[in-house]
Amino acid sequence: MGSHGIRDKVAIIGMGCTRFAELWEKGLDDLIVDASTEAFSSAGVAKDDVDAYWFGTAQSGMSGITLARPLQLHNKPVTRVENYCTTGSEALRGAVYAVASGAYDVAMAVGAEKVKDSGFQGLNAVNPPNDGTARTLTAAAMFSMVAPAYAQKYGVDQETMADVLASIAVKNHHNGARNPRAQFRREITKEAALGSPRLAGTLGVFDCAGVADGAAAAIVVRAEDAHRYTQKPLYIKALSFAAGSGSGLIDPGYDYTHFPECEAAAVDAYAQAGITDPRHQLAMAEVHDCFTPTELVLMEDLGFAARGTAWKEVLAGTFALDGDLPVNPDGGLKSFGHPVGASGLRMVFECWLQLRREAPSERQVATVDRGLAMTHNLGGYPGEMVSFVSVLGSELG
Amino acid sequence: MRGIISAGGSVPYRRLARADIAAFMGSGGGKGTRAVAAHDEDTTTLGVEAARGTLRSVPEHTPDTVLFSTSTPAYLDKTNATAIAAALRLPGTTAAYDFGGALRSGTGALRTALEGTGTTLVVGADVRDGLPTSSDEAAGGDAGAAVLVGEGPGVVAEIAGVASASDEFTDRWRAPGERTSKLWEERFGENRYLALGQDTLARGLKEAGVDAGALGRLVVTGMHGRAVSALARKLSLPEGVVEDDLAGTVGQSGTAHPLLVLAAALESLAASSAPAGTVVVLLHLADGADALVLRTTEALAEWRPSRPVAAQVANGAPITYSKFLSWRGQLQPEPPRRPEPARVSSSAAHRNEEWKFGFVGSKDRTSGAVHLPPSRISMEGGAVDDMVPVAMADANGTVVTSTVDRLAYSPSPPIVFAIVDFDGGGRYPVELTDADAEEITVGTRVEMTFRRLFSADGIHDYFWKARPLRTGGDG
Repeated sequence: MGSHGIRDKVAIIGMGCTRFAELWEKGLDDLIVDASTEAFSSAGVAKDDVDAYWFGTAQSGMSGITLARPLQLHNKPVTRVENYCTTGSEALRGAVYAVASGAYDVAMAVGAEKVKDSGFQGLNAVNPPNDGTARTLTAAAMFSMVAPAYAQKYGVDQETMADVLASIAVKNHHNGARNPRAQFRREITKEAALGSPRLAGTLGVFDCAGVADGAAAAIVVRAEDAHRYTQKPLYIKALSFAAGSGSGLIDPGYDYTHFPECEAAAVDAYAQAGITDPRHQLAMAEVHDCFTPTELVLMEDLGFAARGTAWKEVLAGTFALDGDLPVNPDGGLKSFGHPVGASGLRMVFECWLQLRREAPSERQVATVDRGLAMTHNLGGYPGEMVSFVSVLGSELG
Repeated sequence: MRGIISAGGSVPYRRLARADIAAFMGSGGGKGTRAVAAHDEDTTTLGVEAARGTLRSVPEHTPDTVLFSTSTPAYLDKTNATAIAAALRLPGTTAAYDFGGALRSGTGALRTALEGTGTTLVVGADVRDGLPTSSDEAAGGDAGAAVLVGEGPGVVAEIAGVASASDEFTDRWRAPGERTSKLWEERFGENRYLALGQDTLARGLKEAGVDAGALGRLVVTGMHGRAVSALARKLSLPEGVVEDDLAGTVGQSGTAHPLLVLAAALESLAASSAPAGTVVVLLHLADGADALVLRTTEALAEWRPSRPVAAQVANGAPITYSKFLSWRGQLQPEPPRRPEPARVSSSAAHRNEEWKFGFVGSKDRTSGAVHLPPSRISMEGGAVDDMVPVAMADANGTVVTSTVDRLAYSPSPPIVFAIVDFDGGGRYPVELTDADAEEITVGTRVEMTFRRLFSADGIHDYFWKARPLRTGGDG
């Protein structure tokens, strides 16, 4: 028993990613076709060269046909996956493990979500028929309980806590302003973040990820075949996944200052990749900044800062684009919004650009020589969460 | 000896100052306050809360019959008393009936129970509406009340005599589907009720063999406020004999009202150590009159109401007239742009009845870990199918952390929400009610209350919320 990992067995050879925005003129099929054709062209393959497909969407469609129809795939194995907000990452896991198993030579992961056709604000889950006793809170409200709990546990006063969270928003919008694919491309001031209307608890508009449509795709092959397609493949160093039991919601021992599922996924991924000092071994990290307190706590769960210290590191600029460990150099969910099926692959897309030194110079990380990047993607709520971590590298070994 | 074993009421937390009606509308209103059911309360939940308090005071008694009366039922065709029985976790063998929709049916059910057999829980509840500025809007009130009737040494007031009068005249009426009543000019009704009330009271006392001078406490209720006060005046009883009819604080709560004021009268007699044998009469004026003559017993001194009506009356908080109108659907503010919930699955709700209606979780017999909702496999140790049910509705708890959700769908946004740790174990993330966001902090003490979360496709979603512990005490 154990998580053995598939380090250096599979490589990404091509990717595509649409602009994330309120794309009123684009339907789900357009998003799928745009991201997929960009990935095909990036890898230099045709759709028929891909042996199997994994398609991630949370709520925009059902079954593999949602992908097969717009791409006109003929009798290919197409699997639709859903795993809360990690749905895009789940599609990548499926494709990567399929190649690693030897079942297929070339596999593709596509993630897409058409969110803005609902007519409602925010993300809205559709629940199966039930007894009517489940909570109907928004994710913002559930995550808003993290900030006061963290502040109280570590003795951070209210004003400093607000400053810390605003700093995270300012940083991610700073990065997003340098990304043509981002939904929001304007820097914001700390004052604007602090003054934004409250939505849930102390969380204001600028503490929350936006809402956008988008799609992203990746094509993977066996590592030894990668150079037939590209000079600069990205090797899969680790993939990990942790689904919590949901007991955090009803366990009096849970204190809302950490996400055990995220910590578990990180520990597993670092072991697979042979990482012992993530903060200094990683060139960058894309993390699931659905809300500013989420990113704060993740800095500790993912091992970038000791428990109770992430708030100081945030204020010190450790995770800024020019910091010790750039976090969300593409702007994160804050700047991109969160089309659920696409976000996990969008994070991988930034690693693809950064580690291949193809990011625009104004956001290319200076730490790129470290050669390793990670993505972290979570779904659910504090106490009831799924978490994914990948580690990607530009070199074998 | 047959009589009343326990009684109690449920007075909603919110109060509308009647003066606010005129301030807003330019007319209407009056003096004092009226009780206002929250957006998540209906006659079924008010009935449940009243019955919970009534039964909690006498845990050794379990009713075999539930008679529920309301003029504003949550459902027609479907029996509302079954939801009340489910929330009270009464046995499946309980006979639960809705007793009819007229304003007289509360006293009618009580008389039937007092003259019947077995142990009967009589529940009344009403949410009284009136058009803005109407006298019904101002004088009406929302409340639930319950009386447990049976036999044996637990009886605190035995039935000594009854008398009724039925008279066909049109004083107040409401067509099915209408929310507000219409009234004939009030002098006609007053005239009828004065005569009917005096005659019925006299017959009741005679049947009980009691002199009018021996009357210890008189409860006079009815929707015709003028007739009620005129009758009480006309009887020229000594100071303190006529019970405050709560018209100035709660308002006339329809079918519930006679039971509510009777409960308050019994409480005050118990609290003032009134001697056993005190004669208490309930006289209700509705399409005739009913007089129920009761005589208190030695057991009254031992009876400890768990949530006294007087304490609930004293523990109200104001609500603005505009919020009152929006809760009543007379003003419709813009809802959050979030999807409305889907209707509850009938089969899922039935399967989970103990959880949904009774707030019953499970407890791992090995680790003691409490699971809300119940779980087959333990979160600690992983034992399979080794749980015992654990009833949590009467457990109080403490807020660990809380938040305010200004985005989520609610019939009355924003949602105030908290993580609650229960005394004796167990945690549940739960919506709060009867509270302003700013009064909820870490450490706030809460109790559970049965509420209606929303309605979709005409199906009401009943479940539990938490509210700050204000009456009934901690432990």
